[in-house]
Amino acid sequence: MSVEETIKRIQSQKGVQGIIIVNAEVLICNAGIPIKTTLDNSNTVHYAGLIHQLVMKARSTVREIDPQNDLTFLRVRSKKNEIMIAPDKDYFLIVIQNPSE
Amino acid sequence: MIPLGRGLLLGDGASVYSSEPRRSKRGVKAGMEHVFVYTRKRREFGRPCHFSDRPAELIVDILPDAGLRAEFVERNPLPAQVQCGPEWSEHEVNTERLESEARGMNHVEGGWPKDINPLDMEQTMRYRKKVEKDEHYRSAIVRLGSIMEHYIKQNNAVDIYQEYFTEGQEEDDEEEEQEQPVARTISVFRDPGAVKRWVTALSWSPAGGCKLAAAYSCLDFQRAPPNMSYDSYIWDLENHSRPEMSLKPASPLVCLEYNPKDSHILLGGGYNGQIAYWDTRKGSHPVETSPIEVSHREPVYKVIWLQSKTGTEAFSGSTDGQVLWWDIRKLSEPTEKLVLDLSRKGDLGHALGCLSLEFETTMPTKFMVGTKQGLVVSCNRKAKTPAEKIVCTYSGHNGSIYALQRNPFFPKYFLTVAGWTARIWSEDVKESSIMSTRVHLLDGCWSPVRPSVFFTVKMDGTLDVWDFLFNQKDPTLSLKVCDEALWSLRVQDNGHFLACGSQQGTTTLLEISSGLCTLQRNEKALASEMFERETKGAKILEEQQREIRLKERSRSEQSKEEERKESEKVERAKELLERAERHFFHMKIICKHFMCFFYRSLLTLTN
Repeated sequence: MSVEETIKRIQSQKGVQGIIIVNAEVLICNAGIPIKTTLDNSNTVHYAGLIHQLVMKARSTVREIDPQNDLTFLRVRSKKNEIMIAPDKDYFLIVIQNPSE
Repeated sequence: MIPLGRGLLLGDGASVYSSEPRRSKRGVKAGMEHVFVYTRKRREFGRPCHFSDRPAELIVDILPDAGLRAEFVERNPLPAQVQCGPEWSEHEVNTERLESEARGMNHVEGGWPKDINPLDMEQTMRYRKKVEKDEHYRSAIVRLGSIMEHYIKQNNAVDIYQEYFTEGQEEDDEEEEQEQPVARTISVFRDPGAVKRWVTALSWSPAGGCKLAAAYSCLDFQRAPPNMSYDSYIWDLENHSRPEMSLKPASPLVCLEYNPKDSHILLGGGYNGQIAYWDTRKGSHPVETSPIEVSHREPVYKVIWLQSKTGTEAFSGSTDGQVLWWDIRKLSEPTEKLVLDLSRKGDLGHALGCLSLEFETTMPTKFMVGTKQGLVVSCNRKAKTPAEKIVCTYSGHNGSIYALQRNPFFPKYFLTVAGWTARIWSEDVKESSIMSTRVHLLDGCWSPVRPSVFFTVKMDGTLDVWDFLFNQKDPTLSLKVCDEALWSLRVQDNGHFLACGSQQGTTTLLEISSGLCTLQRNEKALASEMFERETKGAKILEEQQREIRLKERSRSEQSKEEERKESEKVERAKELLERAERHFFHMKIICKHFMCFFYRSLLTLTN
C-alpha cells in the first residue's frame, strides 16, 4: 500500500474536506513543514503551523502526567467541522472532516 | 590583651609584638611613631620573601602610670543600654518596567532547513520529493492512514451530538409551566425632585420599549406644594439613577403617551387642561402647546394617539366633560369636540367627567370613555350628528373608572378598573359585566401576550396578576411593590416587563416570570370559550332582570321566588343553572332565616 493509495482512500470517505501531511521536525522554528496537502497553500500553512504547536503541547501534557504514556490521536471538534490529527514520531497526518448531520 | 589586628597584640602594659621579615635594619621605638624601614639592594627587588618564624621580641613596654589614674573619675552606676531586638535593614527593590503588547502573528511558512529558501518553489518541491522517498515516511503514513480511516468511519457512523431525549426536554418545559408564577423587581426609578409627586401616567416607547416616560403630578385638589417641580421624565431602563431626559411643561403632566409610530414624539396632557407635544430630538420644552382658551377646563386625564395616515392625530379626555380631537401639527385648536352629555344635548353642565379613554386601532371609528360617574360610554366618531355620537353606555360600576382597556386578542371584551372592582365586559351586554373581582383598585391593563392575563394595582401598593382561566376570584399572583398607593401601571409590548408608578414618585420596573408571559397552548381558544360562556350567562341574567322588573309591580316576593324556581328549569348552559341555583339558595337561606326568626318570635310571644 502506498502513500498515494492511502490518501485517496481517506479522501473518498464521506465528509472529508482536506488532508495535510506535516513534517514534525523542530529544527529551526516551531512550525511544521507541510509535505503533502489537498488544500490551498495559505490554509495549509495555517493549519500546519498551528496544529504542530497544538500537538506538541498535547503530547508533552500526556507525557508529563505519565511518562510511560504517549499521545496516539487528537481530535478537535468544532461547530463547523472536526480536525483529526494522527501523530507519529516525525510526521503528522491531519484530516479535516465535516461530520455530516 | 586587646587585639589590634594583623598579628599585633597590645598587651596589658602595652607591649607591641610583631613578626618581621629577615632583612630588617632598624625600628624606631618609643615616642609617638613606630616606623619600620625596609631596605634592600636593587638587584634583589622582586625576589620572593622568605619568611621564617622567630620568637617574639619585646619591642615596647609601656608601664602603667599611676599618676594618670588621678585624671579619671570613677562612675558608679554606669548607664548601659541594651536592646533585645532584631536587626533591621531597609532595601528598596523595583523591577524594571516591562512593556508587553498583544499582537497577532501571521504564520509564515517555516520550519524549513536553513539551506532551503521557503519562497523558492523548486527548492521546496525538491525537498518534499526527497522526504517522500524516505522509507520511514512511507510506512509511517500508511500506518497513520489506517488509524485515521477508522476514526473517520466512526464519525460518519454515529453522530455523537445527537439529541436522544427530546421528549424528555419537552416534559421539562411542561413541568416548568406548573411552577409558581413570580414577578420580581428589577429596578426602581425615583423622582429626583425633593418634593415627591405622584406618577400618574407611564408610557413605554414603541418598538422595543427600552425607554419609559413617566408623568408626574399631584392629583390632590389644590394640595400641590408650591415648590413642586413641573417636570416629567423619560427614563432609560439601563440607567436608573438619573432620568435620560426631562420634559418641561407649563403645568404638571397628568398623562403622557409615546406616539406609536414615531418614538421621538410624545404627547402630554397637563393639569391645567392644556395639551402639549414634545420631540425628544428637539429638547425638553414642548414643541407646541395648545392655548388655554380652547383646551380643557380641568386636568386632562387621558391622551391617546389615533390611527391615522399622518400619525399626528390624538384625542384627549378630561373631567370637564369634553373629549377633544387634536392634530399635533396644529395645536391652536382642536379639530373636533364632543361633549359627554347623556341626554345628547351637548350640555356641559350635565356632562360626565371623563377619566379614561380607550381606542383600539382595529376599530378606528369607535372609542370608549370611562367616566367619573362610573359609566362607560361607547361612542362612534364618525356619526353624523353630535347627538348620535354617543352610542350606548355600560353601567354597573359604583366608582369612577380609572382604567379602561380592550383585550388585545378579543376586542369585543374590555376591562374596566374602578373603585372597588375590576370588571370584564362584553360589548353586547350593556347592563352588567361578565366577570368581576372585589378589591380596591387604581389602574389595570391587559397583558399584550396572553389573552387571559391582566394586571391591576391597588391603593396599598400591591400589584395583582390575574389569570382568569386559572382562578377568577383571586389574583394568581399578588406582589407588594411598595408601601404607598400605586397610581399607574403599564405593560411593555413584549409582556415581560411591567412598570408601575407610585404616589411617592417611584417607578418600579418588574419582570414577570415566563409562565405568565408566554402564550400557552389552546389559550386563545380557551379564553374565547370562557368569554362567550360568561357573556351568555350575563345575557340570560339580564333578561331575567328585565322580566323581574316588569313583574315586580304586580307580584309579591313569594311569586318572585317561584319565578326564580321556574327560571331554574330553563336550561341554556350549565353555568346558568349553577348561577341561578346559587341565587336561589341564597334567597332560600334568607327566607329560612326569616322563617326561623318569625317562628322564634312567635314562640317568645306565646310563651
